[in-house]
Amino acid sequence: MQPKEYQQLVQENLPPRPIVKNMLWAFFVGGIICAIGQVVLTIAQSFERTKNEAAAVTLAAMIFLGTILTALGVYDEIAEKAGAGAAVPITGFANTVTSAAMDFRREGLLLGMGAKMFVIAGPVIVYGILAGFIVALIKSLVLGLF
Amino acid sequence: MGKRTGTRTLTFSRGPRITSRYTLVGPWEGKGPYALDFHEILPDDSLGQKTAEKTERLMLEKAISKVLEQHGTSIHDVHFLIAGDLLNQITTSSLAASTHAVPFIGIYGACSTFAEALGLGAVLLEGEFAQQVLIGTASHYQTAERQFRYPIELNVQHLRTNQVTVTGAAAAILSFAERGPRITHATFGTVVDMGLKDPHDMGSAMAPAAFRTIKEHLADTGRTLEDYDLILTGDLGKQGSKMLRLLMEREQIKGLERLQDGGSQIFGPHQPVGAGGSGAACVAVMTLGYVLNRLEAAQVKRVLIVATGALLSALTVLQGESIPCIAHAIALEQ
Repeated sequence: MQPKEYQQLVQENLPPRPIVKNMLWAFFVGGIICAIGQVVLTIAQSFERTKNEAAAVTLAAMIFLGTILTALGVYDEIAEKAGAGAAVPITGFANTVTSAAMDFRREGLLLGMGAKMFVIAGPVIVYGILAGFIVALIKSLVLGLF
Repeated sequence: MGKRTGTRTLTFSRGPRITSRYTLVGPWEGKGPYALDFHEILPDDSLGQKTAEKTERLMLEKAISKVLEQHGTSIHDVHFLIAGDLLNQITTSSLAASTHAVPFIGIYGACSTFAEALGLGAVLLEGEFAQQVLIGTASHYQTAERQFRYPIELNVQHLRTNQVTVTGAAAAILSFAERGPRITHATFGTVVDMGLKDPHDMGSAMAPAAFRTIKEHLADTGRTLEDYDLILTGDLGKQGSKMLRLLMEREQIKGLERLQDGGSQIFGPHQPVGAGGSGAACVAVMTLGYVLNRLEAAQVKRVLIVATGALLSALTVLQGESIPCIAHAIALEQ
């Protein structure tokens, strides 16, 4: 059998992805994480002077939550069900850094954990900054706001 | 010297046997349907070690020392140790071998490593280069995840075609002692690359390798699938097994009901493991546990082990290379 022919046969026989189930899980778990974030933000606004300061407190709290759940070995279990619902919020970002840090801790603090903790999160940061820069550039050029 | 049959198959007429064996598996594998076929189920997957790599090494060392104990022999009476694992530079095997002063042949065949060791061991015995050969292999879920995939606690959603690396180790002594099943044939496979690139579906990539090796073995020996009571493929998983059956059905090969797969069967339906198990230890513990117990109890008389391996690395995947695959077949008879 030719490779092309076999690749076609594989494509025709892959198990179906449970897309509806995955979407429902992602919707509800992602929603719950965001709802928790909203509760924290509302509380933070009661004692912080500006909305920006309250947002910073909220982000720190959610990162802390994601980190704790990762360290307890729970976050990957949630993500197994929720997929992007757990990966996209900032708790998911905290999970990528924490899980890599936990894994590479065994190779030492410097060349292990220190060097490799951004192995998953790194691309997000790099391309996040790049995308931010490009969007800001377009905004500046279009609106002429120098 | 009539030791070659057909184009690829080796025939062992002097009767090398698997005379002693030892299998140990992790707690998760110990909850599977064939748990009672394994010699030892570990209480946890760390064994008190600081790293999973150390645990993997310890598991292999344990399997080796236990099989020596069972065989009632010392490592000094063993002429070769053939071992392999999944880690870069097969460090688990090398480190385990460093504690035993015995000539060491380190091999790599991914999940097919065990069959490769079995075949090579039989060759050494048949050629009278050795009286006793020790073979062993080990794999650990965490070490394989780290090397081939992602950090263990990362938020990843697994697909139905993903396989879970089996935590476990197995060792066996091959010799001419009058017990245990005879190794009658070995068909070393050729590398088959169908151009598949998805590392999350290695079963589909490996199925054509298993198909080719089985076909060559049957053509060389003049046998059919029905001449075997059981054909155990290694780690094709549910998806790969399905593809193998499809390939066989297209050529109207009979006896498909005799096909079983170590990867598909090591975990139960209640265990969420995608397409099943994989890893160097998977087909090893299923052969030395499940299959040999049935050979010993005379429930089956003649078995073909077809261990498959996906010979990819984390680097080749990122560089967009396809997955080269291999399968080795070993015929066992009571």
